[in-house]
Amino acid sequence: MQTKNTTKITADEGKQELFIVREFDAPRELVFQAFNEPDLLLQWLGPKDMEMKIDRMDNRTGGSYRFVHSYAGGGPEFGFNGVIHEATEPERIIRTFEFEGLPERGHVSLEFLTLTELPGNRTSLHIQSVFKSVADRDGMIQSGMEGGMNEGFAKLVELLAEINATN
Amino acid sequence: MRRDVFQAVADPTRRAILGLIALQAMTPNALAEHFDTSRQAVSKHIKILTECQLVKQQQNGREIYYHFNPQKMKEIADWLAPFQKMWEDRFSRLDQVLDNLKNKGNAN
Repeated sequence: MQTKNTTKITADEGKQELFIVREFDAPRELVFQAFNEPDLLLQWLGPKDMEMKIDRMDNRTGGSYRFVHSYAGGGPEFGFNGVIHEATEPERIIRTFEFEGLPERGHVSLEFLTLTELPGNRTSLHIQSVFKSVADRDGMIQSGMEGGMNEGFAKLVELLAEINATN
Repeated sequence: MRRDVFQAVADPTRRAILGLIALQAMTPNALAEHFDTSRQAVSKHIKILTECQLVKQQQNGREIYYHFNPQKMKEIADWLAPFQKMWEDRFSRLDQVLDNLKNKGNAN
């Protein structure tokens, strides 16, 4: 059972895009709902050790969103925003994504979220993110930024601890 | 040496600094704006990160820019691994949300 729902991430060297693929034991309508409704999104998208706030979220075609991640004990806040190019329930969301913490604007990426029905009431999620440059993509992967500031590095600390423990 | 890098990324402020400059090189001022702590405190963190070779400093005209050194990161771990784990954690929370939705649907 454990190997069934593995997360597959593809980021080929020198490319400006990355792919995330995952299957879920739930019908497509429910998976779409979990992406589309603010109170559900808050339950899974936000990083573990940070608070996530939804500043605005209008998931209709032509709408926009803005999320803010902050440390539980105060400290820096980090905003993310984008516009919804197209939202077609229950199969597709196309939207932009920009991190607001950079000194210059314009490092925007384009996300394609596609949900496909599978037999047995299962659903396949396919995310393609296309970045402005290879450096932007590599930076996003290494900063762990998308999951909230520095969660990627927190994970790295855990991984290193595991490696150290087994050596 | 690896222990030094481990200590470097074990501090949340230093992780936040790395997260920021991994996306784009920054001047000391641009970086300090993100933190409530003094510029000196930020400089101290930068010094440690520089000693571990996770951060490189580059003079560009009158300004100093802090750059992230991805090579060093690739040396200490599979570079995709933290990103992968972040999404795995996120999706297992989503599994839970979907289970709750399914149960709610069955109850009605």
